[in-house]
Amino acid sequence: MSILETTEISVRFGGHMAVDGVSLRVPEGAITGLIGPNGAGKTTTFNVITGLQAPTRGKVHLAGKDVTRLSAHKRARAGVGRTFQRLELFGSLSVRDNVLTAVELNRVPGEDPRRAASSHLERVGLADLAGVRADTLSTGNARLLELARSLACRPRVLLLDEPASGLDDEETDRFADILGELAADGLAVLLVEHDVPLVMRLCHDITVLNFGRVLAQGSPSVIQADQQVIDAYLGQGTDVGAAR
Amino acid sequence: MNDLLSLLVLGLASAAIYAVAASGLVVTYTTSGIFNFAHGAVAMVSAFVYWQLSSPDAWGLPVPVALVLTLFVFAPGLGWGIDRLLMRRLHDASPMIRIVVPIGLLVALIQVATVIWPPGELTASVPLFFAGRSVELGGVVIEYHQLVVFAAAIAVAIGLRILLYGTRIGVAMRAVVDSRELAALNGVSPDRVSGLAWALGCSLAALAGILVAPILKLDQTQLTLLVINAYAVAMVGRLRSLPMAAVGAVILGLSREAASRYDESLPFWITKDTVPALMLFVVLLVVPQEKASVFRDQPDRSSVPDPSWRTVVLGCIGLVVAALVVPAVFEGRTLDAVGYGMALSIVALSLVPLTGFAGQISLAPLAFAGIGAVVMYRWGSDGNPLALVAVVALCAAVGALVALPALRLKGLYLALSTFAFALFCEKAVFPNVDEFSQGDASYERLHLGPWTAASDRSYLVLLTVAFVVLALGVTALRRGPMGRRLQAMKDSPAACATMGLDLTALKLEVFALSAAIAGLGGALLGGWRGKLGTEQFSLLAGALPGLPLVLLTVVGGIAAVSGALVGGLALAMFPEIAEAVPALANLMTVLPGLAGISLAANPDGAVAQTVAQVGAAIERLRGQAPPRDTGPARALALLAPAAPSMVPERIAVGASAAGVDLAAVDDETGLAWGRCRVDP
Repeated sequence: MSILETTEISVRFGGHMAVDGVSLRVPEGAITGLIGPNGAGKTTTFNVITGLQAPTRGKVHLAGKDVTRLSAHKRARAGVGRTFQRLELFGSLSVRDNVLTAVELNRVPGEDPRRAASSHLERVGLADLAGVRADTLSTGNARLLELARSLACRPRVLLLDEPASGLDDEETDRFADILGELAADGLAVLLVEHDVPLVMRLCHDITVLNFGRVLAQGSPSVIQADQQVIDAYLGQGTDVGAAR
Repeated sequence: MNDLLSLLVLGLASAAIYAVAASGLVVTYTTSGIFNFAHGAVAMVSAFVYWQLSSPDAWGLPVPVALVLTLFVFAPGLGWGIDRLLMRRLHDASPMIRIVVPIGLLVALIQVATVIWPPGELTASVPLFFAGRSVELGGVVIEYHQLVVFAAAIAVAIGLRILLYGTRIGVAMRAVVDSRELAALNGVSPDRVSGLAWALGCSLAALAGILVAPILKLDQTQLTLLVINAYAVAMVGRLRSLPMAAVGAVILGLSREAASRYDESLPFWITKDTVPALMLFVVLLVVPQEKASVFRDQPDRSSVPDPSWRTVVLGCIGLVVAALVVPAVFEGRTLDAVGYGMALSIVALSLVPLTGFAGQISLAPLAFAGIGAVVMYRWGSDGNPLALVAVVALCAAVGALVALPALRLKGLYLALSTFAFALFCEKAVFPNVDEFSQGDASYERLHLGPWTAASDRSYLVLLTVAFVVLALGVTALRRGPMGRRLQAMKDSPAACATMGLDLTALKLEVFALSAAIAGLGGALLGGWRGKLGTEQFSLLAGALPGLPLVLLTVVGGIAAVSGALVGGLALAMFPEIAEAVPALANLMTVLPGLAGISLAANPDGAVAQTVAQVGAAIERLRGQAPPRDTGPARALALLAPAAPSMVPERIAVGASAAGVDLAAVDDETGLAWGRCRVDP
């Protein structure tokens, strides 16, 4: 079943429709892709789902409950986690304290926060950098830290905004492995990413946005064959399936 | 009818002056993005210069010559110099530094003016233009001076319109507003444009100063404060729109005139002196913030030091020992200054969690201290320590109450709202507590049963212990979950919210905590001084302690308890040094402002920076030896936290300005050109 559902959400900035009637379903235990050219409304959709941006129209449901009017922090506590395309780390805190803050905000009784923070850092492979200031990290490591921090919030749905940009091949592979494990554990993942081969490899279901509207929805093979998607985003002659 | 017409004439005459002053603020803000807190001080200094040039008691030049020299030579020169030396350094500075440096300039200009034209010795006044001549209109006498004011305002409005929309340089100015980088790419020199804007802005301030000076006494703080009314006016147009600023000027001019005329029938807190502060507060809340976004615009790269417990505890023990020794060495005024400095340090400590950790800028710590002092006077002037509980509770409540409407404000808007609150306290709250308004509210020293802190030594130790206990509390806060949350909120409110942090609750908590600490400082100051009054808690009047306290704390390092100690003690000791060494008297007067200005070069606080440099030099002499863990080294570390590691930002030029992800290019090419980072 879909844990996260958006119904016809629209966002208008002045005369510009940034998002125009977007409906999404994000099921548990699967990775759902959200792709499209720059300015298609992907990040704005994320902002609406996480409560940072009020929609002009439409509804957001989490586990069947209408959360459209809930503030961002309440949605987070209800299980919506995210990372940011433009990194939003706590730069003046150490890598460990970034994760520790998240653990402390979403603490379960009987858990040792420091130990929990360490295990999250180990999971993404940043344990060795725990003591350094977060704004000294390379882009790749910073993205991994954002992932660790959002996992420390114990989300039920995880929204990842271009998590692989700035990652090298090795880091991307590790990242793909982690995502696969998370989905296998039952987490619902919504992934915005420009690395099309990665999206095709990981996602079970893909939604393509263009100019704020849904252009196509379906499995990777359906999307790759869709002429509109090829025209608007993928381009001709892209054999994305064979890229890796 | 006549009554109404004369209200209209007087109100509009003030409105015209506000409009001229506000247009100067708007011109500088739109082209440089920096709010010129010193605008009023520039107006004041220019009025003094005009007096110096034109008065028969001074140089006695003809009025037109004096006018030309002030408006077209002195003021533009000052503006150009301010831009060249200070403001150009602030383009990439953190929001706090962009606010604090102009405040430093404000304080410095007032202090320089007091040194050149000592208030006591000089009874100068500027005559009205065409004094004694007037016309009658519908039974209302309109002085020629008022006509000059109207004419000047209209000329400024038309002139600015032509300049901004009809000339090349005006188009360049508007282009720089939209995008500095793009304007530069199209052959406009942003530096030349901003220099010109500051010259123009200061000329407009000077014009406002010269027009308003004849109506008031020639007085440093009064003149400055009057032009500060233009803050509210300019804010009506969101600091960007000249026509809206004119509308704001008319609203303020008329409502001030009405408030002064119908004083009797209005509540005590609405007077012609409080109207500007009230208007500023309301306008800030009503007018949407420029970028009403949860995302940060200019990342704050200041560091929050994290000294070890041993260091802090050793420092605290040292401080208490010093408090025991000082009364044996010093007496009289010097001893009084030490105790005053200790109390001010407690007040300054209130800024450490609020501004240092959480990045919420407050200019009102001394106003909260004043509220604490008033509460103490009401319930604990006999020295009953239980009153301190009331002080903490009430100040925390007031702090949260002030924060509540200000919750959605940040940066400059938040700073201005606390400024308005401090001004309101000074004009409406403190003057309505009888003895307090006279500076005659008397306090006995604290006593609990048989224990009393009657002697200077015991009370100084009491003040020091209070500071130490609070400092330890703030340090514990820094190292615990709340400290992490406060810093996280400063670094990225958006990420905090999406992690489940209730930003509203956290902001209320930290504002309440800060106000309670400041209130405690004010209440304890009562027992030390014996008598208190409005003057000790004002932003600008008298010895103007409010803004300098904030400045010196930032200079000391606002994110560390040591910064609060440096700030409080420095503010109290400067006048003592001036007294002891007359040769330094002028320097000591100007020093707080200069220290604030110095932040343009050393954003993390001059003290921290200097000590870090000295430390680095010693390191080099020792041949890169790691720092030894000695007692003095710890004491030094406590007083001056280590310099932050520098992490220059990625500069948006070339490909990155065009939106290309340089990091991705780097990764693809195996080079590291896009990144400009110095790892510690």
